[in-house]
Amino acid sequence: MNNIVYLDHSATTPVHPKVITAMVEMMEEDYGNPSSLHRMGMVAEKKIRKAREQVAEVLGVKSKEIIFTSGGTEANNLAIRGIALQYANRGKHLITTTIEHPSVLNTFKELETEGFTVTYLNVDREGFIQIDQLKEALIPGTILVSVMHVNNEIGSVQPIQQIGELIKAFDHRTFFHVDAIQSFSKTELDLSQMKIDLLTISGHKIHGPKGIGALYVNEKINLKPQLYGGGQERNIRSGTENVPGIIGLGLAVELIAEEQKSKIDKLRKLKAWFLEEVTKQIDDVKINGPASIEDIYSEKSTPQIINLSFPGLKAEVLLHALEDFEIYVSTGSACHSRNSEPSHVLQAIKLSGRELESAIRISLGYWTRREELEYLLQHLPGLVSELRILMQR
Amino acid sequence: MYSDILVRYGEISLKGKNRKLFEKILMQNIKLRIRDIGRFTIERTFGRIYLRKVNELTDKVIQRLTMIPGVVSVSPVVRAGLDLDEFKECALNVLLDALPNGGTFKVETKRANKQYPLKSPEVTRILGGHLLTNYPHELTVDVHNPDVIVYIEIREHDVYIYSKVVAGPGGLPIGASGRGLLLISGGIDSPVAGWMGMKRGVTIDALHFHSFPFTSERSKEKVIELTRILAQYSGRIRLVIGHFTDIQKAIGLHCPEKLHITIMRRMMFRMATKVADMLNAKVLLTGESIGQVASQTLESMEVINAVTNIPVLRPLITADKTEIIDIARKIGTFETSILPYEDCCTVFVPEAPATKPKIKDAEAAEVNLDIDQLIEDAINKSEVLIVTSDGIVAEFDRIGDSE
Repeated sequence: MNNIVYLDHSATTPVHPKVITAMVEMMEEDYGNPSSLHRMGMVAEKKIRKAREQVAEVLGVKSKEIIFTSGGTEANNLAIRGIALQYANRGKHLITTTIEHPSVLNTFKELETEGFTVTYLNVDREGFIQIDQLKEALIPGTILVSVMHVNNEIGSVQPIQQIGELIKAFDHRTFFHVDAIQSFSKTELDLSQMKIDLLTISGHKIHGPKGIGALYVNEKINLKPQLYGGGQERNIRSGTENVPGIIGLGLAVELIAEEQKSKIDKLRKLKAWFLEEVTKQIDDVKINGPASIEDIYSEKSTPQIINLSFPGLKAEVLLHALEDFEIYVSTGSACHSRNSEPSHVLQAIKLSGRELESAIRISLGYWTRREELEYLLQHLPGLVSELRILMQR
Repeated sequence: MYSDILVRYGEISLKGKNRKLFEKILMQNIKLRIRDIGRFTIERTFGRIYLRKVNELTDKVIQRLTMIPGVVSVSPVVRAGLDLDEFKECALNVLLDALPNGGTFKVETKRANKQYPLKSPEVTRILGGHLLTNYPHELTVDVHNPDVIVYIEIREHDVYIYSKVVAGPGGLPIGASGRGLLLISGGIDSPVAGWMGMKRGVTIDALHFHSFPFTSERSKEKVIELTRILAQYSGRIRLVIGHFTDIQKAIGLHCPEKLHITIMRRMMFRMATKVADMLNAKVLLTGESIGQVASQTLESMEVINAVTNIPVLRPLITADKTEIIDIARKIGTFETSILPYEDCCTVFVPEAPATKPKIKDAEAAEVNLDIDQLIEDAINKSEVLIVTSDGIVAEFDRIGDSE
């Protein structure tokens, strides 16, 4: 196989050719500023409206509830800070988990320096929060709970519906934000049933462009803007719209939603098959995150993320060794011995030191073929045993 | 305001017979390093070099010149006519540039043109008076220890006026001292060692040991970037990317873990000695400093040095880390050196590396290595990059092709 075997879809995905075409058209022809009064401005505005409808329709929400941002990080910042600073008069307590993406965790860390109190929910060894702990954490004055749907490193799927119901039963005014960047199009998502008030998605994880994301904000919420300017995006997110990005996101969302039904089951089977093979072919492999095959089918484990530890070697060396065969994966931690900080997620699920330093993530996409994983399996067992001998750990 | 640049190169003027050669090399190096800015007339007179008619490019050229080994200092020069009233005004502007907020000064006049009607002390007196009267801030004359000196050189057709002095690195021009091979890692020390070698006139080639997949492409990119920064001083560096993976593997498989680092360094020195021979380099240069890591104890150095028969220069051998970092900052390599990508030395660190190895132990630990074959294969798989301040300008698949 001469082609690239790209197995790092949770980092980013290739852009869908139709999305590229649509974006190029926006840059070459319909390049007007949507705020301009003339016809060219109107054309751009219409296209944005359509993209907003595309996203809203797939999420099952109203199109005015969609705010376009510069990506997942900004959307998460806007959701969390926008709620905290707007509703601080109701209380200053916030809840999240220890395994969130840095764009969520660091936003909460910052709010702690601004007078808010944050409860960080622990996860068990498979990466799930305990509903009882959430129950205990909720207090009068809890204004926001933010929980990621699918963890980007280990693929655990949080029981979002249970969480949403619990929050709203406790206090219907407590807001619920879900970072759905990894789950969107990979896991069932029903915003009203799950009682979600705010939800983040990102373009480049779903074969859309980088630099674009969207935040669903329930229309009843009055979000405090984090950027001030010309009043775009209902005055919540000022700045001239990234028109090609927005058009790309809208189309990417529509395209992937069409594919979801037919592809998701295939992806689940692929992951299940791979996990069985890899544990059969390699000694001493640890599956990080939900480990049983049933979890994949019961939606506790996302179909596209596989995280494995091969105790006895360093993940970064394995990553580079695979790279030599044009196979691209990622590691849970960079292993520069001088200032390495292993993944907070892998630490949260209490991996041992040897498991931590040897964890790699293989993330699949809708376009991943079984032959590609077979090709990986041709090389992985040999490399793992060779490196284990060499590194003598 | 400035039109010309005066370059001082103190040390090489002391070197008797070699002086002519050194001057020639320095002039060549200067030409090479400013060629992309423009082509200027370069003259050598009375142990100094002048760049003519640089005009508005003065600042840019001075910035380059002060990076060139051998250059002690440079001064931007105003060229004026012989008319006293004209160069009086120029002198005031020169003083204002060198001393913007007041202080002490003196005037020094040299009269090369003996036909000039006024004698040097007279010119000095008239100009001193003019400056004292017209300088807008507080100003006093101090003939012993002035803040600045305004130099007036009266020549046949014109007058040179200068005052500001910008220090260069000093040392000897690169090429004056033969060729050396620098063992470069991605760390802080080795680029500094290379720069110090350059400063003593050594033409530097560099050898980096690349051990993919034990080290990443990024660490190689980092070394290329460090080499590019060093090339700002020398113009051009030949960088050998040594294929070290198979040697690493062989050490990992066949040698006791405790001695991994020692044997790895011995293999590096063996390979470097061979490469130096191929490139006609007379010495190796390393960034070693006593006691910094396990392989840099005196005992380790003895065991490692034993495999080579050419001199190993260690410019930083007694420097403290803070001193090394100061130089790294000054020469612009520090920020790149601290990027967190692994180099050879940090993947294989055993739990307890030997700090006091013995030669006979190292030799015993190497019995299962086919040393000559490993080195030969590694050299055959190595590539060469020619790096200038613009980046890579040429690549060769074999070391022998890079001449």
